[in-house]
Amino acid sequence: MSAENDVPYLKTVNVTKKFGDFTALDNISLEIVEKEFVCFLGPSGCGKTTLLRAIAGLDIQTSGQIFQKGRDISALPPAERDFGIVFQSYALFPNLTVRRNVAYGLENQRTPKKQIEQQVTDLLQLVGLPEQEDKYPAQLSGGQQQRVALARALATKPGLLLLDEPLSALDAKVRTHLRHEIKELQSKIGITTIMVTHDQEEALTMADRIVVMNNGIIEQIGTPFEIYSEPASPFVADFIGTTNFIKGKLASRQSVMVGSIDIQISDVAASLSTGSDVVLCIRPEDILTGERARNVSNQVESVIGHVEFLGSFHRVHMRPLAGDGTELMIDISVGRAREIDLTVGTTLKLALPSDHMNVYPSGS
Amino acid sequence: MTESAISQARTIKPKISKDDVIMRLAMVTIALYLLFAIAFPLYALLSKSFQSADGTFVGLANYITYLTTPALSWSIGNSFKVTLLATLIVLVIAFIYAYALTRSCMPCKGIFKGIALIPILMPSLLPAIALVFFFGNQGIIKSWLFGAEIYGPIGIVMGEVFYVFPHVMTILLISMSLSDARLYEASEVLGASKIKTFFSVTLPSLRYGLVSAFFVAFTLIITDFGVPKVVGGQYNVLATDVYKQVVGRHDFQMGAVVSMALLFPAAFAFIADRLVQRKQVALLSARAVPYQPKPDRMFDMIMLGFCCLIGFIILAILAMAAFSSVVTFWPYNLTLTTKHYNFNLMDGGGWSSYFNSIELASWTAIFGTIIVFFGAYLVEKSRGFKTGRTAMQALCMVPMAVPGLVLGLSYVFFYNHPDNPLGFLYHTMPILVICTITHFYTVAHLSAVTALKQMDPEFEAVSQSLKAPFYKTFWRVTVPVCVPAILDISMYLFVNAMTTVSAVVFLYSTDTSLASVAVLNMDDAGDQSPAAAMGMMIVVTAAGVRLLHMLLTRGLQRRTQAWRHR
Repeated sequence: MSAENDVPYLKTVNVTKKFGDFTALDNISLEIVEKEFVCFLGPSGCGKTTLLRAIAGLDIQTSGQIFQKGRDISALPPAERDFGIVFQSYALFPNLTVRRNVAYGLENQRTPKKQIEQQVTDLLQLVGLPEQEDKYPAQLSGGQQQRVALARALATKPGLLLLDEPLSALDAKVRTHLRHEIKELQSKIGITTIMVTHDQEEALTMADRIVVMNNGIIEQIGTPFEIYSEPASPFVADFIGTTNFIKGKLASRQSVMVGSIDIQISDVAASLSTGSDVVLCIRPEDILTGERARNVSNQVESVIGHVEFLGSFHRVHMRPLAGDGTELMIDISVGRAREIDLTVGTTLKLALPSDHMNVYPSGS
Repeated sequence: MTESAISQARTIKPKISKDDVIMRLAMVTIALYLLFAIAFPLYALLSKSFQSADGTFVGLANYITYLTTPALSWSIGNSFKVTLLATLIVLVIAFIYAYALTRSCMPCKGIFKGIALIPILMPSLLPAIALVFFFGNQGIIKSWLFGAEIYGPIGIVMGEVFYVFPHVMTILLISMSLSDARLYEASEVLGASKIKTFFSVTLPSLRYGLVSAFFVAFTLIITDFGVPKVVGGQYNVLATDVYKQVVGRHDFQMGAVVSMALLFPAAFAFIADRLVQRKQVALLSARAVPYQPKPDRMFDMIMLGFCCLIGFIILAILAMAAFSSVVTFWPYNLTLTTKHYNFNLMDGGGWSSYFNSIELASWTAIFGTIIVFFGAYLVEKSRGFKTGRTAMQALCMVPMAVPGLVLGLSYVFFYNHPDNPLGFLYHTMPILVICTITHFYTVAHLSAVTALKQMDPEFEAVSQSLKAPFYKTFWRVTVPVCVPAILDISMYLFVNAMTTVSAVVFLYSTDTSLASVAVLNMDDAGDQSPAAAMGMMIVVTAAGVRLLHMLLTRGLQRRTQAWRHR
């Protein structure tokens, strides 16, 4: 994921998009390097699709610049930019065969007929859809249509591939399968790719880097691991995965007062002043129990409230005996659960390891 | 936001691409067409109504004369009276008819649906002529009127009910077929009686359909010219008044004033209808379950009886028109003859007027479909240029609010003006084509918009990313996918161009006389049987075109099955 040279492949500078009084994108600045797979992730209405459409030139931003390979493309119409796009609906031309759909862009480049035929055959091979050339889109399954759309977008050899929720119209099984295939294809041909999705699992499994968006701003940019383990804000912590939120007051650089208990923390942002209200976040799987909790900081005795069985693990909702009454969720794998008594009402010893805890200013 | 960010917050002006330039030029061209075809002529009409015969501005003088001359203003009241009466009657009949077709289990629904559409194929003059053969001075069942005259309000109401029945019935039919069975089930489960269910579920869900049907019927009737022309007798209504002022008395100023009096209620009804339509949110969610009627012998029989009666009346009127066109001398010599079809021996332009009509209808269908569809495409699918698109959209809606007679008369004022360089069009086939396309523009435009809205909005985006010019995608994807709608539009334009009288009655010349005008003129001259014969030629042609359209659509469906259906 290292940049080939100093110029990022795609760069947005203070991109802002307004619809009347509503600000859909608020000063978005980001850089994407060549061959990178980036996901725009966020809840619906967060501006991720608006940003993608601005990059494509389909809905040009109100202000701010976009550079592709150092070229200012901010005001250019889509036809003068260099990208291929796959929409959620695929937008395959229903009255053209698969072959004609894929060849559509090539025909505009005045490529010789023979060469087009060959290229189309190769592309369909590449997306794993040989021998379907003469069918119409309506005769294909959703997953197959998706591949045709991908082949069509790649046919003109664009430098940038834009994917707008490409998998959300498919069943769960096909989706998981295609996720893997798209990622593999992308690294094989090495095309810089931006994918918009609201599905965190999709983003975590496919992206080199994730751009988490909310209310028209970027909450965090980072690798899937960074985003998950060091969320930059409570929003990110909440949106990706599950998190316990605990309110407290910053007592010192190393501790937070929650109710009457003192919780040890490993580090805290310099911008937070002692005495301010904070929120502590810790993931349910990072809370330890039983033997493992011994000799770990922040021991909290808690009573089991209720237990949800979620397949490979149990999510246990617990009431700490001390503190301000905030419930804690902890995840216990099925294997571990055999060693622990999970009867409702049982008291368990929990430990909140300080190095897995993140501290945020309250109200952020 | 940092200092530098503020300085960079310059608004980006999107660069105009070649596609955008072509699209905007095309849109401006079509908008200009509409300006010349509707806006300027209407302005000419309006200004004429404020002028004296020699062209000086006289303010409201003409209007004051109009309102203070009882012989003239009388027709306002007349028009409203017959229109409201006919509207109410047709609403009731069409409601029951549509109710029978959607909510009963009576047999032969397809046949009854077909019969209900027959009046669409006729110029409104024809049913009126048939009424004369039934109830006129020598009518076979004149006695059924108990001594009353068919010439007058009775005839007008009867003719109008027949004429607008298919339009009203279709609106109600669509509205009734969009009801959610789950509401009926809920009502039944809650123990509501059938009557209570009708008032608490059925009627509220038909609210918008009924209001829309009311306004459509009202507009069609108040602006119709054919029926009152034939059976109106001495009972003046606004539509016949316009004609009388212009053709009979050559009083163009008063013609313009009466036209304005006719334009107002029509435009008002149109605007009211649009407002109501806008309020109508999707009553039928995607998860709704269509209502399936359950057999109920008694109810089904009553409904069947009602539909048989109405169907019989429609067929009887058609049969009478056909019959009267082939009898030697009604009612004295009923032997069959084809002599009434020998149009060259009568006034009205002879067979050439029939062929002129075919020519008019063909040009209207061809050019009208091209202009309407391309215009709708530009409004729906072009990028940016919001003001242009909104203006264009508004222009496209205006023709619907303008009665045919008013449109035709406004063309006289605009194109016959000595200073108009386009004056050479006057009295030619092209002006008839332009006027007819304009007259039926809105409905055609709306069906094109509906078809275009059903297409994936991303087709244009994809083709831009593939660097394909918009016209290529328009030609290779949009048009082929919309062929059924395009055929519908062309058929609609063709049939209406065949049957319309009102828009063209002021515009034809001896070289461009039309079949529907010939019906009018022959009836005027007392040649009712030849008039009926020419009317039947129109019916047969329109029916033939509908049949051709049906076969084409079906053939097309078979050929495109592979990509239209899974």
